[in-house]
Amino acid sequence: MSVATITETAQYLTFKLEEEIFSLDIFKVREVLDFTKVTKVPQTPDFMLGVINLRGSVVPVVDMRRKFGLSQADTTVNTCIIIVEIELDGEITVLGALVDSVQEVMELVPDQIEPPPRIGARLDTKFIKGMGKKDDEFIIILDIDKVFSADEFALAQHLGGEELPLAQNE
Amino acid sequence: MKDKHRETFKEEASELLAELEDSLLELERSPGDQELMGRVFRALHTIKGSGAMFGFDEIAAFTHEVETVFDLVRNGKVGVTKGLVDLSLAARDEIKALLHGNEPGFSERRQEIIAAIQELMPAPPEGGVEDRPAAPDFPDPDVLPSQELPVTYRICFRPAAEIFLRGTNPLTLFKELRELGECNVIAHAETIPSLAAINPEYCYTAWDIFLTTSRGLDAIQDVFIFVADESDLTIEVIDDGLKPEEDSNYKRLGEILVARGELNPEALDEVLNRRTLIGEALVKANLVNRDQVQSALVEQQHIRGVHKKRHEAQATGSIRVPSAKLDKLVDLVGELVTVQARLSQTADVLEDPQLLSIAEEVETLTGDLRDNVLNIRMLPIGTIFTKFQRLVRDLSAELGREVELSTSGAETELDKTVLDKLNDPLVHLIRNSIDHGIESPEVRVKSGKPGKGKLCLTAGHSGTQVVIRVEDDGVGLDREAIRAKAVGLGWLAPDAEIPDKELFAFIMAPGFSTAREITSVSGRGVGMDVVKKAIEALRGSIEINSRAGQGTAITIKLPLTLAIIEGLLVTIEDEFFVLPLAAVTECVELTREDVAKAHGHNIANVRGEIVPYIHLRERFQINGVPPAIEQIVITEMDHNRVGFIVDNVIGEQQTVIKSLGRIYQGVEGISGATILGDGTVALILDVPQLMHREILEPRAARLQGN
Repeated sequence: MSVATITETAQYLTFKLEEEIFSLDIFKVREVLDFTKVTKVPQTPDFMLGVINLRGSVVPVVDMRRKFGLSQADTTVNTCIIIVEIELDGEITVLGALVDSVQEVMELVPDQIEPPPRIGARLDTKFIKGMGKKDDEFIIILDIDKVFSADEFALAQHLGGEELPLAQNE
Repeated sequence: MKDKHRETFKEEASELLAELEDSLLELERSPGDQELMGRVFRALHTIKGSGAMFGFDEIAAFTHEVETVFDLVRNGKVGVTKGLVDLSLAARDEIKALLHGNEPGFSERRQEIIAAIQELMPAPPEGGVEDRPAAPDFPDPDVLPSQELPVTYRICFRPAAEIFLRGTNPLTLFKELRELGECNVIAHAETIPSLAAINPEYCYTAWDIFLTTSRGLDAIQDVFIFVADESDLTIEVIDDGLKPEEDSNYKRLGEILVARGELNPEALDEVLNRRTLIGEALVKANLVNRDQVQSALVEQQHIRGVHKKRHEAQATGSIRVPSAKLDKLVDLVGELVTVQARLSQTADVLEDPQLLSIAEEVETLTGDLRDNVLNIRMLPIGTIFTKFQRLVRDLSAELGREVELSTSGAETELDKTVLDKLNDPLVHLIRNSIDHGIESPEVRVKSGKPGKGKLCLTAGHSGTQVVIRVEDDGVGLDREAIRAKAVGLGWLAPDAEIPDKELFAFIMAPGFSTAREITSVSGRGVGMDVVKKAIEALRGSIEINSRAGQGTAITIKLPLTLAIIEGLLVTIEDEFFVLPLAAVTECVELTREDVAKAHGHNIANVRGEIVPYIHLRERFQINGVPPAIEQIVITEMDHNRVGFIVDNVIGEQQTVIKSLGRIYQGVEGISGATILGDGTVALILDVPQLMHREILEPRAARLQGN
């Protein structure tokens, strides 16, 4: 798989999951919300946390820890929902990503970014756009459109269906 | 800029073409109808005129040929025949193709049509151009019909006393005038002598007529052509329809009388100073008589009416708005409804009387706003009915049937979204009726029916629902064949007693049959499951009634709108759910003893009737302990009653439906979400789907297993 190289200086919003720092293109981010009550939609995979009310719109929220197969954690005061705009099947879709905490907005020049590692990453490399480096820390730059691609959800829904206990109709 | 105009022209032309098609088909049925001929001509004329203006020269040139023949039709030089209608319809299709940029340039098809049309035209008479009657409303066919503005005339008609002797009946004249436009007639009876002096063969009455017409002065003079010589006739324009009425009130009564020279201004002033009701005062003062006042009053009202109508016409004169903007508006109103619910809730909690009254006011306003906004998106179902006329005509010709389509309730309005999605299912049903329902003319005559089959499309309101019926008088469904098939599939026990409605519902079940089998045995095509699905996706229901040999009626019930529904709010643990209230019939309690009595079966005894239920807590895997007394919300759909077990029933709730979006597409049992007063999201249950999945399909599977 070819990795699109990052050639322009861009701003990134960084956030934390476990001890890892992730980031995504600031242009994809619409806003950051405090954690709010999430309504679970029955019979969907665990990583699909549910839906929230974003000023009158119903917006789905994805638990990023579960999505990336990390350990689960309780919500804290720092827990945030990053509202992102992604392109799903050519349509702009708004969804929320639940993260441990939001760090900062930083600028990274192409020099500071390396291609994603082929091995050794805990994360599927297809989700990674590159590895940013700042003050000796690695920042995983996510390709958020791929993380939330239609395939990912289609797969999830399929699994969600499979996990169902057979209907009890006795 | 030009492109924008061209787009507008395209849109308009599409509408005109639809109207043209409609008028042509109607004209075929009533060939003598002058008004229809006029409509056809005008549609063609407008297409031609604006086509030329926006650079669609080919359309203009081609349409001109068709228009020419209709000009002759309109003037009675060419009769309306099936051939002409066929050609015109073909021409319409060509214009449509041209409009969409298909096949520009020379086209043989178009040449053929033009040639055929020209054959229909009579050879030009000796007199040449002069003989062609001038159309009063279109003096020059190349000028856009912008001069069609209605003009209001005051016609003072004082016939000679002897006009009766010449066989003239003034009443027929007025009738003719009424055909020209809106008309008010007032009689002056003051010249009628006393009974003793009356000569019954003389006409003593004079009339003032106020007429609003766009047909021009000539048309009016034509009406009076035989009496004009011996009568005192004056025709004046009192409102030319052009100048915007700077004063919304037409002249005052006194001014009118003065303007007509029936009263002199000084006398008027004098009377005015006395400050009584002007008409009464003038009569009392013997300056004018009662009839004259009456006439002036009618004039005043007539003009006011004309102005008002013009205002309304301007207001209703359609504003083109992209539907996306309307969708946005509906979204916003949805949000407003949500916020309003929050406000009401907060006001209830705070118990502040002032706040409460404001909240109530906001509630009323929001309700009105919601209804109005949703109303904007409503379109008459007639817009799609029109298309079906053509479909039926073409299909019946293709299949060798004779079918007459009658429609009623075309004015019934439906949400645009619903209407758009309704087209395909209806096309399917109509196709089925013609293909499999209505027999060929020979067969029909043999079985004692008229050769021409009847197909009825009706639409109407029934409560908060719109009911659409597709009815034919064809062969009907074959009960036994369907029954045999259902038994064969194991969906029905061989000895089961089942009402016809439920039996016929089988043909809408997916996998009930393949095309060929069902067509040969029962006379219904494939795709009924698709139709059913489409209707259910619109939150509607569909029902089939049929009598062998007499026909089939398919009834579709649809909600008025998809955006907002009445819902029943329930809770399970701390989650909120909404059931569409339309499906709910009642709520009853379910105690632990009831559950114990059912011996592990998910059935409840409701006043002696066994109702299966779905335990939503289990179904949705919601953790926690159910309360000692749970609630069963009983729903009914397609004559099946199914209960849904919830913890608590909160109450009715205006539910603004929000989509769960792409990501949750296809989630089972949930059709959407809504936002409650406190801002939490509640999920809307997909009652039909849960019903099928949990109760009906397993039941069918069990039957099959046996």
